[in-house]
Amino acid sequence: MITITIDRHEVVVPANMTILDAAKVVNVEIPTLCHINLEGTCLKSNPASCRLCVVEVEGNRNLVPACATKCRPGMVVHTSSPRVLRARKTVAELILSDHPNDCLTCPKCSDCELQRLVRRLNCRNIPFKDGERMERKKEITPAITRDMSKCIYCRRCESVCNDVQSVGALGAVGRGFGTIVGTAFGKTLGDTNCTYCGQCVAVCPVGALTERDYAEELIADITNPDKVVIAQTAPAVRYALGEEFGLKPGTSVTGKMVTALKDMGFDYVFDTDFGADMTIMEEGYEILDRLKKFLAGDKTVKLPIMTSCCPAWVNFYEHEFPDLLDYPSSAKSPGQMFGAVAKTYWADKMGIPRDKLVVVSIMPCLAKKYECGRPEFKVDGNPDVDYSISTRELAALIRRSNISFDSLPDSDFDTPMGESTGAAAIFGTTGGVMEAALRTVYEVYTGKTLPHIDLDQVRGLDGVREATIDLDGFPLKVCVVHTLSNARMIMNKLRAGELDYHVVEVMACPGGCIGGAGQPYHHGDGTVLRARQRAAYAEDAGKQLRKSHENPDIQRLYQEFLGEPLHGKAHELLHTSYSDKSIK
Amino acid sequence: MAKEMKLACNVVEQVEAICDKFGNKPGELINVLHEAQNLHGYLPEEMQRIIARKLGIPASRVYGVVTFYSFFTMTPKGRHPISVCLGTACYVRGSEKLLEEIKRTLNIEVGQTTPDGKFSLDCLRCVGACGLAPVVTIGDRVYGRLQPKDIKTILDEVED
Repeated sequence: MITITIDRHEVVVPANMTILDAAKVVNVEIPTLCHINLEGTCLKSNPASCRLCVVEVEGNRNLVPACATKCRPGMVVHTSSPRVLRARKTVAELILSDHPNDCLTCPKCSDCELQRLVRRLNCRNIPFKDGERMERKKEITPAITRDMSKCIYCRRCESVCNDVQSVGALGAVGRGFGTIVGTAFGKTLGDTNCTYCGQCVAVCPVGALTERDYAEELIADITNPDKVVIAQTAPAVRYALGEEFGLKPGTSVTGKMVTALKDMGFDYVFDTDFGADMTIMEEGYEILDRLKKFLAGDKTVKLPIMTSCCPAWVNFYEHEFPDLLDYPSSAKSPGQMFGAVAKTYWADKMGIPRDKLVVVSIMPCLAKKYECGRPEFKVDGNPDVDYSISTRELAALIRRSNISFDSLPDSDFDTPMGESTGAAAIFGTTGGVMEAALRTVYEVYTGKTLPHIDLDQVRGLDGVREATIDLDGFPLKVCVVHTLSNARMIMNKLRAGELDYHVVEVMACPGGCIGGAGQPYHHGDGTVLRARQRAAYAEDAGKQLRKSHENPDIQRLYQEFLGEPLHGKAHELLHTSYSDKSIK
Repeated sequence: MAKEMKLACNVVEQVEAICDKFGNKPGELINVLHEAQNLHGYLPEEMQRIIARKLGIPASRVYGVVTFYSFFTMTPKGRHPISVCLGTACYVRGSEKLLEEIKRTLNIEVGQTTPDGKFSLDCLRCVGACGLAPVVTIGDRVYGRLQPKDIKTILDEVED
């Protein structure tokens, strides 16, 4: 440990700490645009390229970047001396010289880190005019909108895409003023190996990368008297949405969210958690099915079985591991299961023709926007889920509908697809799907009640977590990973025949859906993710029913309509297949 | 640009052999690209994808390096590549006018190739023949002390 002085504060820090981090210890917030470090996860980017964090170190001739300069004993740092402020302002002005100033109509307006910074630095004009400005064509994919005219070359997206996700769809292309963070050969994202995980959007400080917005489609459908519009809300939305309205991260706003959706004009508001319970029935029984075959000596059975709820992860293995498509579960994601059942079972019950029913999913995710357009999930061209809007888009729509969110009363989800268990509540966090599945697998396999319902071994935020569960003497080895670089590591081991697990859970985003790319921006604050995760487990703990197979509405659905898990109608509606989508 | 032709099998094998020669190490990317371009004259998309796969790196990184260095090109060179020297000596003696004249005569821009594949046009900085400024090279041949009016003659002289 060493002692340094930052402004008026003496601070004792480890020797290898950067000035930027040391300053945080004494609550000195040095501004930065390129640096991001989502604590608790592997999401990091530190290219030291924006130069906004420059500080003055006594005895140094030049200003130094705080994010890339290590503390030395006795160092005296000034973070806001006149010289520093002057330099910092010039850097900001130079960024502005090449940045469109259509802030009023930018989708990132009021959530833009550059905008905040400019306000903070009190920039009142843009002295560098008539600079070279690169006009770039806007690209709109089913999930992500790229407007590279707004890019400030912080390269966070590139770090996330390459280092955190190991996808490498984005990279720096060209040189000098012509540099762009783009795709190989200038292809559109849809023609690359992009998984639509959207983590580039989650970290973009400006409006260069944003979600594809489906608000107009939604408003047109809601106001169309011929359409019946129903909502399903994903588990991770309810404890993040409140942040958009100034509530503390991790505040659960389920009841208010349901009221808001009804006030907006949704005819019925259901719960993707119901779909999650259905997923456990199918995926859980698939785990059991493969296990039984394996234990009976069947050498052809594919283990480990891998979860398939995360659409970015599905895209990832279809692109990168087409030789291993037999390993992931064939179960659809909860949202797609919900859509398939809503447009058959529920629509028949209600007498609503398929083409008049609009299913909207509200998701923490951007890949879901792509997922619901997949041809496998359409019947005669009509999708099971019509489109998906993100937590952020929902918040924007609530504001636009003149709804005062904070003062809303609570409402319950509609029945019968609104009832869910604690197992479904934790689907949105890394480890949650595994825990939910194990609760059901244990009880169905052993015929006994689970002694400890909280499976702490699979909880947490570490990138790779392993556990062994005792199934009546059979040691079931499981593994939970999040981020696609960890997924790639697992898949490479599987390919090499070095993987010794029975079940693996994968979620593409850091932390799982709680860190999804459609969630309110975390702006690099890791405590936000942890608060959302705590909220998920708290909701689970507060539920009377905590195992998917105990959900009475699920039991009724199987009795009345689906039959046995994995078979007949359940198989036809709730399972899918994968195809080789590798770029040749 | 004409639709890209598929690489011949032997070219694919040769490129793979180049990658193998450098141990398929990501750090050897620039060396691999150098040799691949020497082999084939340019670096089409398919070739970059082969290199990316062999070196185990994203295609975007290969493309990023190819587009960063002006030495690398994704357009096939002509059979007779023209280079106009824009180094200081040639520049002050009017090489820019020569460049304009070549562009006008061949109707191509810098970095492009004529539709018949005969000529391609590039600029460079100094060939070490400043005494002959302004200098243009066509293939291995160096032409010195040129004036714009000479351009047509020297281009006509080039035989395929």
